[in-house]
Amino acid sequence: MDGLSMSQQEFLAKEKLHKKQVSICRVMILVLLLALWELCARLHIIDSFIFSSPVRIWNCFLEMAGDGSIFLHIGVTLFETLVSFFLVIAAGVLAAIALWGSRSLSEILEPYLVMLNSLPKSALAPLLIVWMGNNMRTIIVAAVSVAVFGSILTLHTGFMQTDPDKIRLIQSLGGTKRDVLTKVLIPSSVPLIISNMKVNVGLCLVGVIIGEFLSAKAGLGYLIIYASQVFPCEYILTETHRAFKGSGSILPPKHP
Amino acid sequence: MKTKLEVRNLCYSYHTLEGETQALLNISFDVRDGEFFAVVGPSGCGKSTLLSLLCGIIGPEEGSILVDGIPRQESHAAIGYMLQRDHLFEWRSILSNVALGLEIQNRYDEEAKKELLKMLDTYGLSRFQNARPGQLSGGMRQRAALIRTLALKPDILLLDEPFSALDYQTRLEVCDDISTIIRTQNKTAVLITHDLSEAISVADRVLVLSSRPARVKSIMEVSFGPEFDRPLARRNAPEFSAYFNELWKELKTDE
Ligand SMILES: Nc1ncnc2c1ncn2[C@@H]1O[C@H](COP(=O)(O)OP(=O)(O)OP(=O)(O)O)[C@@H](O)[C@H]1O
Ligand SMILES: [Mg+2]
Repeated sequence: MDGLSMSQQEFLAKEKLHKKQVSICRVMILVLLLALWELCARLHIIDSFIFSSPVRIWNCFLEMAGDGSIFLHIGVTLFETLVSFFLVIAAGVLAAIALWGSRSLSEILEPYLVMLNSLPKSALAPLLIVWMGNNMRTIIVAAVSVAVFGSILTLHTGFMQTDPDKIRLIQSLGGTKRDVLTKVLIPSSVPLIISNMKVNVGLCLVGVIIGEFLSAKAGLGYLIIYASQVFPCEYILTETHRAFKGSGSILPPKHP
Repeated sequence: MKTKLEVRNLCYSYHTLEGETQALLNISFDVRDGEFFAVVGPSGCGKSTLLSLLCGIIGPEEGSILVDGIPRQESHAAIGYMLQRDHLFEWRSILSNVALGLEIQNRYDEEAKKELLKMLDTYGLSRFQNARPGQLSGGMRQRAALIRTLALKPDILLLDEPFSALDYQTRLEVCDDISTIIRTQNKTAVLITHDLSEAISVADRVLVLSSRPARVKSIMEVSFGPEFDRPLARRNAPEFSAYFNELWKELKTDE
């Protein structure tokens, strides 16, 4: 510590303070929102039967945790989301590389990709069940179909923006297209791929829930449908809350 | 003296849907072995295109390029190309940046690494071998780019305005550094620049190109006494301004 100058120490202290402030504000917002919600429910400003309240949700969660059922449902949904997420990333990156590698291929397929991306996938989910049966595979395919086309389009656009001079540099050093791929394209696209992953994790969850709405025997989507028919709102809200948490913890935050 | 590089009747055009851009028209010249050859010409006349052809990134439409008397494609001579900007990769350390060419050609082993470290030391960058390019000054980055090119042990060095991104003072120093490095290693070098005094201060001969499409206007011999061996010293030589005026006139006249 003694090796640092005054101004450097000041800078580090300032950074630390800033980080602390950000964390505190984050927590504060959550606490405030929950408190406000609870308060409104207690004072009957909102109808707690329809809107529920944090305490009721917590109790409901404890009840479900007691018999362990909630963990099964969370586990199923988390598993399906993760599998479809990794499938989307792998398929997206590979397809985008193939499109980057061949100008003809990308020009031929572009209108199809745009069309597939804009299809309302939730409307297709019932069809998928007819085609592939009422099982987990269907749910994963539904989730992949929600995210994969947009992912391919985004990654391909990013890949095409690689600095042509950097490609010339590789060529001038005697490199081939493969060297351009491994030495320039992939490393320079890491931030793009990560931001794409963040979007995809959310989309995959949406796809999984849609799939579970229609065809599952377990999972949060199944629970939501079940609850919306049988139980008051606590169920749905706990589920969505859990689901958010589940998706949020898969990826590290942007500013670690 | 032996001829290293022969360029004969070189023509090149860029084709786009909007039309054809003639860049080079009937260019012919020779570069001798161990010579420092400068090329000057107006902006956009086709200088970078000429180097891309010499390096083999693009192929000529007409004409031929001979290296040591053998057609470029068949010759095994190594040609190093230093681009207009340094293009050091931010996701690599300086050491692995300068090793890029060796890596691509599968020649990066322990011995090559030792040599690179020695070069980094010679050019004052050893302290920064693990730094990211963003932590280096413009002149240091340019030196790193030169090491990346020299690491492949090229017989011929092609330099495309390697100093143009630097401020004036750094530019004089780096130009002095780099041209001394190249001269002591006895490489043949082709330097592109739009700075006439830079061309005169480093080159043995200067080729003047016309505006686009580039044609050879003239080739000027530049020679100074042995006491003016470094570029910075040359700038103080009595003949310097005479050369400058001659080159200036050459560039200005429209035929
Ligand atoms: N990829 C390309 N497609 C079409 N035209 C091009 C292309 N690259 C260069 N040109 C055109 O060819 C001409 C010569 O370009 P070049 O880059 O060789 O010029 P230059 O002499 O190096 O210019 P500068 O001094 O600005 O670096 C320019 O007029 C440019 O518009
Ligand atoms: Mg140029």
